[in-house]
Amino acid sequence: MTALDRRADSRDGSVAPARSDAGARRVDRVLMKGNEAIAEAAIAVGCDAYFGYPITPQAELLEWMARRMPEEGRVFVQAESELAAINMALGASAAGARVLVSSSSPGISLMAEAMSYMAGSRLPVVLVNVMRGGPGLGSIGAAQGDYLQATKGHGHGDYHVPVLAPSSIAEAIDLVRDAFILAERYRTPVMILADGILGQAMEPVAPAFRTLERQRPDWALEGAEGRPPRVLKSLHLRPEDLEEQDLALQRVYDEIRRSEQRWAGERLDDPDIVLVAYGSAARVARTAVERLREDGVGAGLFRPITLWPFPSEPLRHVARGARAVLAVEMSAGQLVEDVRLAIEGALPVSLHGRMGGMVPSPDGVVEAARRALSTGGEDGR
Amino acid sequence: MTVGEPLVEQEGRTVYRRPQLLSNPTSYCPGCGHGIVHRLVAEVLEELGVGGKTILVGSVGCSVFAYDFLALDSVESPHGRAPAVATGVKRVRPDRVVFTYQGDGDLAAIGTAEIVHAAARGERITVIFVNNGIYGMTGGQMAPTTLAGQQTTSSPRGRDVATQGYPLPVTEMLSLLPGVQYAARGSVADPALVGKTRAAIRRAFEVQLEDRGFSIVEVLSTCPVGWGLTPVEAMERLRTTVMDAYPVGTFVDRARGIAPSLPTPGAPHRSVTEGF
Repeated sequence: MTALDRRADSRDGSVAPARSDAGARRVDRVLMKGNEAIAEAAIAVGCDAYFGYPITPQAELLEWMARRMPEEGRVFVQAESELAAINMALGASAAGARVLVSSSSPGISLMAEAMSYMAGSRLPVVLVNVMRGGPGLGSIGAAQGDYLQATKGHGHGDYHVPVLAPSSIAEAIDLVRDAFILAERYRTPVMILADGILGQAMEPVAPAFRTLERQRPDWALEGAEGRPPRVLKSLHLRPEDLEEQDLALQRVYDEIRRSEQRWAGERLDDPDIVLVAYGSAARVARTAVERLREDGVGAGLFRPITLWPFPSEPLRHVARGARAVLAVEMSAGQLVEDVRLAIEGALPVSLHGRMGGMVPSPDGVVEAARRALSTGGEDGR
Repeated sequence: MTVGEPLVEQEGRTVYRRPQLLSNPTSYCPGCGHGIVHRLVAEVLEELGVGGKTILVGSVGCSVFAYDFLALDSVESPHGRAPAVATGVKRVRPDRVVFTYQGDGDLAAIGTAEIVHAAARGERITVIFVNNGIYGMTGGQMAPTTLAGQQTTSSPRGRDVATQGYPLPVTEMLSLLPGVQYAARGSVADPALVGKTRAAIRRAFEVQLEDRGFSIVEVLSTCPVGWGLTPVEAMERLRTTVMDAYPVGTFVDRARGIAPSLPTPGAPHRSVTEGF
């Protein structure tokens, strides 16, 4: 019996509690880097295998797994490239394992190929992107320039992956578990879209990492003893067959759109202006909302947590009485596209975006909000 | 009944049972070697009694269809990535038999990094590497394994080594790596060679079952359509021109003391700087 069998057979799939949660050394809060917290959360969830490759600003996640996964008797492989890492994940997932992969923007680009194959072959995996500045080698500073890549398909072909965007380390811990739930519920890759600030910053978190029940998948490869062989593939050469597969995939996406949209709101009581932001940019936007409120401006924050599916209907709803909408992002105008699609021209939508590892300042956001209210939608980068 | 036992003797001919792991008649071109290699793999897995616990990792090229003809749990890989996919399968299912089935475009061009590093890590997988020196699926373009001077649709004046490089002897290269426990090159050029290739494939899977490390069997094969030859002419070219360039044999079987006479990287040995 392999380690995988043992965990699959345990009733709730529980694993040993995270060390910081172990009785005698029980503490209420611990300081953790985002990268480390995400890694430990995945271990608690019951991640069987991790594959990665060093890249800043996510290297601590790899290093944490290099130490912790063998302690738990689980699989850790430092691959020769991000290409190899995601394909190892493809194989482990096909064999029924719960798999985590992480990287940062340039490495995520290399993974697009296999992510498309995994979407087409209906293979679950959780991929963490700790975004850095781009394009190209860019910078190692925090950025959100991979929004469109993450939400509009990533690789080739008609597919999506659910994208979860934490804006604090505590939330990242919760979303790791949610990501595995979504991945297994819908048999799909899921992406956690973080950024260099979330990966590198340390925050106090309650070390109550949660486990996740597991059921042995009825599609996984284990050898065809006593049953017909299973083939996990995306190739369907007859157009009729491929379209049927594609339609099945679209029905899954429809269900995800219906059931899994998530967002959070703050100060959305009768707002004049709705700021829309996710991840680290949402934390700046929150500060700006507070300052605007102190100055008597009716500002509120709408924070999408699922970037795909984008919570369009909720945004349209909360913005109904407002005069303007402002997207705040660490990119050149990517999130704002989904905001405009959601608002459907009902209100002026403007952009405040910084790039290259530069982070919007609360003052800059306040100013952009005032400008949006007075001019009715002028972009500022 | 084991595979290879005669089913019936009739009219002076011995008829062998068709391996049950061969699920469907193949749809490869006339004279293509894939059908032979599929059968050898099926026979060996049945002989070893491991068909029910074996996972096939497919590749891209004509070999992509292997899962249509072998009744095995199978997963598709992106082009060249099969050794990485197999690494993932084997690491979480170490008690299963895991093998890749790859052509030379897949393994020796786009997948060079994956094959080298899976071998370097000594992954407990078996690689069946079918080398016909050409990209068959896409219409007969030059591969890294294409012979010097060979005409293909992308080397219409013949492979010019001055600009298109020399054929890549992947199996010899991999033989230098200590993680490689077994490496051999066979051929489907005649029945005797097919028999030896079958023995090599069996040995490669035994090495995996013994948990020794990485094993690879390269099988020199034909592509009559891509080569512009009849099946008979293609077999003749394989037996002569191709096998002159790619010698068959066992390069590594460390458990049996067969290894290249080179210092093992990372192991203590006399300094190579002597006489340098």
